[in-house]
Amino acid sequence: MIANEPFAFMAALLAMSAATYLMRAGGFWLMGRVPIGPRVKRMLEALPGSVVAATVLPIVIKSGPSALVAVVASLAAMLVTRNDFCAVLAGIGAAALMRAGGF
Amino acid sequence: MTDAPTDSGATPRWTLDGFRLGAVGMLPLLPGLVAFGIAYGTVAARKGFTLADAMLMSATVFAGVVQLVAVEVWPDQLTVASILTLAVVTGTVNLRFLLISASLRPWLGTLPGAKIYPSLFLLTDTNWLLAMRYRAQGGNDAAMLLGSGVTTWVVWVLSCIPGFLLGSAIGDPHRFALDLVMPVFFAAMLVPLWRGARRAVGWIVAGGVALAVDHFVGGWWFILAGAIAGSVAGGWLDDRE
Repeated sequence: MIANEPFAFMAALLAMSAATYLMRAGGFWLMGRVPIGPRVKRMLEALPGSVVAATVLPIVIKSGPSALVAVVASLAAMLVTRNDFCAVLAGIGAAALMRAGGF
Repeated sequence: MTDAPTDSGATPRWTLDGFRLGAVGMLPLLPGLVAFGIAYGTVAARKGFTLADAMLMSATVFAGVVQLVAVEVWPDQLTVASILTLAVVTGTVNLRFLLISASLRPWLGTLPGAKIYPSLFLLTDTNWLLAMRYRAQGGNDAAMLLGSGVTTWVVWVLSCIPGFLLGSAIGDPHRFALDLVMPVFFAAMLVPLWRGARRAVGWIVAGGVALAVDHFVGGWWFILAGAIAGSVAGGWLDDRE
């Protein structure tokens, strides 16, 4: 399904790379010209968590109870261990168990 | 993040020692990066990317969150419109880099563009954090940022390999819940991002809007709509706790 032609694939990567670099260099460049106010700063600070919440919630709802249990297990493991490996393992482990049990 | 160090007037140095300091300074921060790379490799394999494609994306785009989202929503047909959509989603998810790179201006503003702009290509949340800590402790060698970026880049490109092998070795991804690696990893990311219940209002708005857009519009627009709604909501909250 990723059998797009190589040219189109490279074009997509270059477009994504350019969009990312625009942000990486853009803030530094802009800052020399216009100050970033407190409201814009708060908006940018709220963005990473918002991206995560907006991505995860609909996927979890669509994937059913095993996904919900996986996310809760992952959050719990992360709170306790503060380790990404443990969190992912706990999450997919819990979901695999649920699915083995027929949920 | 804008602590003004005492020697703020001095033009930053640019030395090999500084580069080495940054490159080695990244090492303690690598486990989290490797975990992320493995998660990305697993999802890329499950979605039918080749290992070369997945590594090429890591090398060029070099932004974990957006790569994880992109391989999940990758269009069946790459058209001019779908490539533009990918670029818009990428830019939006990476808007936070505006803030991150803006915060480097007071320190590195006097550095020539030929040194700073290539370094900014390798700017990530992690090596920015390292650089700001170094600066707060009185360091003033700008090559440190480039050095930490190079380590991050090399490890990021390589770390998708074990994840990719794992993802393609397991024949029945549903049984081992590999279809949930992306949402599970993202959910865990919320823990270090937590800044108190008040700041999380934006996240709730983001989730609610995403659910509504997913229900009424379909496609993958819910990510963009939810992220923007959450960010705007976060911006309109005042700073009182």
